Amino acid sequence: MRRALPLALALLLAAAPAGAVNPDEMLPDPALEHRARELGRELRCLVCQNQSIDDSDADLARDLRVIVRERIQAGDSDGAVKQYLVERYGDFVLLKPPFRPGTWALWLGPFLLLIGAVAAARTVYRRRRAEGAQAPAPLSAEERRRLDALLRDDPS
Amino acid sequence: MRRLAYLLPVLLFAVVALFFLKGLGLNPREVPSPLIDKPAPALTLPLLKGDGQFTLAELKGRVTLINFFASWCVPCLSEHPLLMEMSKKGTLDIVGVAYKDKPEASLAWLARHGDPYRRIAVDNDGRTAIDWGVYGVPESYLVDGEGRIRFKQVGPLTREVLEKTVLPMVKELRK
Repeated sequence: MRRALPLALALLLAAAPAGAVNPDEMLPDPALEHRARELGRELRCLVCQNQSIDDSDADLARDLRVIVRERIQAGDSDGAVKQYLVERYGDFVLLKPPFRPGTWALWLGPFLLLIGAVAAARTVYRRRRAEGAQAPAPLSAEERRRLDALLRDDPS
Repeated sequence: MRRLAYLLPVLLFAVVALFFLKGLGLNPREVPSPLIDKPAPALTLPLLKGDGQFTLAELKGRVTLINFFASWCVPCLSEHPLLMEMSKKGTLDIVGVAYKDKPEASLAWLARHGDPYRRIAVDNDGRTAIDWGVYGVPESYLVDGEGRIRFKQVGPLTREVLEKTVLPMVKELRK
């Protein structure tokens, strides 16, 4: 049982990274195939939408994987391959949205919110500390008299 | 100033809620096409009936609906009666592109359900469809007389879309 565990783990790990890529689609050159894999992970399968074309079993995903490999073999750069698909399917085909004026709010919004929140928290905290630092007003004569009376009045 | 600080979260929530409300009404399966108002990609494919090829140049000067369909596609069947009606009334020329379908299967399907198409091209490997940004059949593209794509329908064409969007556009384009 103990001895079988490492073997089982090794098998599990070996099985994990195999996407939907079929052996017949693969490029003979491992470096190019590696590039195709990296690209495939960044491209959305439009049928299943939340899967990359590398993960998806859909027919269209297969066609797109083949196209990515064709473009790579034709000597296209990674950017050119992505551009090829964006021209046909729009930015939606990229799993990571591009950084353009139209998407500034998307990329920068969270950071702006965080900066705003930190600034607001600091102001509130500072104000509270300034209030706390002020010494309370000294007792009036009337208050002092009442306090003395209370202290003198020993119930025991 | 103080009051504004208390109202700010409420305002922020209202803005976010409005965006979410709008998002609820959108269909995530409809991916906007980057090809709208651009020249249609090349479409040179063998004809389903007879020899020869179909090219987009044939359509010059007339507004046409390019309809990607397949005999194995169930939603295609749901839009088919509408296409038949359009063809009978002569509302709009429709050109069919059989997507990843065996020619015999396409022909048998059209014989059974009727043929609404002026011309039918065969896209056997689906490469032309990818050039057009097709990601599922049926998809229909309205192409104007100069060969520009003006409108794309993802999924079956409905009477509502036809009457409210496509036909007014066709009327405008034919002017």
